Amino acid sequence: MATVTYDHATRIYPGTDRPAVDQLDIKIEDGEFLVLVGPSGCGKSTSLRMLAGLEDIDEGSIWVGDRDVTRVQPKDRDIAMVFQSYALYPHMSVADNMGFALKIAGISKPEIAERVEAAAKILDLTEYLGRKPRALSGGQRQRVAMGRAIVRQPQVFLMDEPLSNLDAKLRVQTRTQIAALQRRLGTTTVYVTHDQIEALTMGDRIAVLKDGILQQIGTPREMFDFPENVFVAGFIGSPTMNIGTYQVFDGAAQVGRARIPLTRDTIAALKEEDKNTIILGFRPEALDRSTANAEGAIPIDVEAVEELGSDAYVYGSIPNEFGASEEFHFAAGEAQIIVRIDPRDVPKKGDTMWVTIRKDEQHAFSTATGERLTGATKHRRSSKKK
Amino acid sequence: MALTIKGAADPGLIALPWHQPLERWPAETIAALPRGLSRHVVRFVRHGEKILAIKETSADLALREFSLLRDLQRRGAPTVIPLAIVKGRESSDGEDLEAALVTAHLQFSLPYRALFSQSLRTETVVRFIDALAVLLVRLHLLGFYWGDVSLSNALFRRDAAEFTAYLVDAETGELHPTLTDGQRSHDLDLARTNILGEMFDLEAQEVLHESVEPLAVADRLDERYRELWETLTETETFTSNIPLRIAERVEALNRLGFDIGELDMNQTDDGQAIVIRPKVVDAGHHARRLMRLTGLDVQENQARRLLNDLDEYRCCLSDPGDDEGYVAHRWLTTVFEPTVRAVPREHRSKLEPAQIFHEVLDHRWFLAQAAGHDVPMEVAVASYIKHILPERPDEKALLGPSIEEMTAELPALTAEIASRSPVPDFEGDNTAGWGHADDVPEDEPEEGSVEESGPPQDKPRPVERKTTRRPAPKRAVPKPPAPKPTALKD
Repeated sequence: MATVTYDHATRIYPGTDRPAVDQLDIKIEDGEFLVLVGPSGCGKSTSLRMLAGLEDIDEGSIWVGDRDVTRVQPKDRDIAMVFQSYALYPHMSVADNMGFALKIAGISKPEIAERVEAAAKILDLTEYLGRKPRALSGGQRQRVAMGRAIVRQPQVFLMDEPLSNLDAKLRVQTRTQIAALQRRLGTTTVYVTHDQIEALTMGDRIAVLKDGILQQIGTPREMFDFPENVFVAGFIGSPTMNIGTYQVFDGAAQVGRARIPLTRDTIAALKEEDKNTIILGFRPEALDRSTANAEGAIPIDVEAVEELGSDAYVYGSIPNEFGASEEFHFAAGEAQIIVRIDPRDVPKKGDTMWVTIRKDEQHAFSTATGERLTGATKHRRSSKKK
Repeated sequence: MALTIKGAADPGLIALPWHQPLERWPAETIAALPRGLSRHVVRFVRHGEKILAIKETSADLALREFSLLRDLQRRGAPTVIPLAIVKGRESSDGEDLEAALVTAHLQFSLPYRALFSQSLRTETVVRFIDALAVLLVRLHLLGFYWGDVSLSNALFRRDAAEFTAYLVDAETGELHPTLTDGQRSHDLDLARTNILGEMFDLEAQEVLHESVEPLAVADRLDERYRELWETLTETETFTSNIPLRIAERVEALNRLGFDIGELDMNQTDDGQAIVIRPKVVDAGHHARRLMRLTGLDVQENQARRLLNDLDEYRCCLSDPGDDEGYVAHRWLTTVFEPTVRAVPREHRSKLEPAQIFHEVLDHRWFLAQAAGHDVPMEVAVASYIKHILPERPDEKALLGPSIEEMTAELPALTAEIASRSPVPDFEGDNTAGWGHADDVPEDEPEEGSVEESGPPQDKPRPVERKTTRRPAPKRAVPKPPAPKPTALKD
């Protein structure tokens, strides 16, 4: 067991100017399950490979426990990459499939047997140890492959998109199993995915990366409730947060015909560069339906309704006569707004409905920097050193 | 989604039963080839003249692997040839089926499992490992990180007395401008683990010869790789005679079958010495030279063997003033082609032409040893075709029943063969083209009992040389594991 520390670790690929990973600074606690998440090209895999020893570290350092592994060969880092290969050997027993690699390390037979039994117990494979892989189900085979990493008793497990090849159903199943297994083993684990739902459901903490730069690190709750910038706000959560840029008049943002009052702190945090505009974000589930004349009521032209049984989502747009929304960042489409509503009372396509933003559930960001203006600053890059 | 096939211009592909899962494809389409270990369903399918290897996988992975294989092909890496990806497959009852990656099965290639499934000697295991080490070095030089190096993920082709390995499975691979030491060392580490697993699996199947020591085999790859990598890439510092030193370095690499494409030369800070380091190293030195001279496209060791014969021909049988290209053309038309053409049609799918030529040269050496003097080429050809070739299994689209024979040591005329009764006259005997088929010794001599066989009769010979080269010496068996350096040298 060990902590893992990225200390201003940087990777610059030869022939490029912009670092693929720029000054990454994360301290992962002993036994923690950390998920690196972000869109493709954000540097998450590179970060993992720097830890594995597959990518050079051009600046800064990486530590496993109190050992600087920056220049240490992969196999000497005491780290195991899980799910690199599923190949199971058909004529060998499950026990041999799990334990054979330990012979390279010169580990004695009784000790190999002991470690294999211990791993089998954790993986619920004890009764299959004497069998051949062909007698196992797909899920069990996968656990044998995992067992091969477990018997090595590494300090850290690394997993790089291990579920990307599985079909949707097996992905959800395996996701739960990996998370449960990690908790039972208590081995520090770094997990890479592009899927924010995987990140939210599996990680003790999540680190969101973009363009090689750490955007925010925190618990799933923190990431969801207090995104530090517009990127994290738009990346975490499904359906994605409604985000738009609005004019600010007299202490309120002009959203369509509605005036959304801003707190005094928010107003005070606005700078000249923001040019009297603000980025507001509100999640689809942070909106309540209201009457047309309620305070801060935003009109929405209903374009489509998606009924999912337990929930329903309205896809609509904000009519534009007063106060234009200059920019929207919605996954659903340009200038579209998503509202979660009671599935028992759905409007029709073409209707206009009114919603208000629930108190404390709006997120305000600077137009100039994209940074969060107020609230939850205590979470801001909480693990960053210095 | 509608069926889409991207890749090869082969309209016949559309006619394959894509609406069925590969596992349920009708028996008549499936070629009887052994399957390796794979995470996916892989089957070999007859398609006109060709045999296709089809792998079911997700569309993303199929596309990724297809593009990777294409890139590797473009860079001249030894890999299987990607033909197409098939997407949008649907069963007849409307169910979605996995995408498929289609590659051309490498003719005359042998999966290690087929060769290992009879008791296998250490020498042959060693040749596989050496071939895999060369493949790994070549891929690493091109910036390819394999991520799952194993015997299962390669195919092996006979290459004169050696094997050449080809990359089959690029699923976990990545192409980078250059590899880090960490990537190379991780690949090696994975290779050791996988080879060990494969050896243990053969052991569990009770097909591994007891003389083969799995751990030593796994370690050999590591040793061979490091040796070759260092020779190819190491930095040398010279203070004098620099042109000569560089020429020596180039020659050393040529001998290993590599050409230096780019060389970095830097003066040391004090100006007293020159530091040189090969920057771009390309495999296939001999294959390229042979191609240039004769147009023959063969593997590296085969090319080396053919070039030796060509060089001998040139020095002994041609006018010293003749142009190299002219001599090569004459050698091609008067030596190589008659030899290959002499092979009866029914035996042509046994070995590649260049491999047959190699074996004839070996055979000729043994005949000469037995006779105590040189044996003309046509006699060697006729004897080879009559006595040796009929015993060989078909390897074009593997695999015949007799794996034992395939793993047999190639050059040796063993006591067993010598004691067999003479092969009766065979149908389609083309050796008459040489005009000397009656020179064929009826029974082949045993190795070591040289005097017993009389010399071939003295008749006019179109091709005769003073020397007959020995076949390559046998390989040493793997040594017990030696303590290894902990880090890779740059």
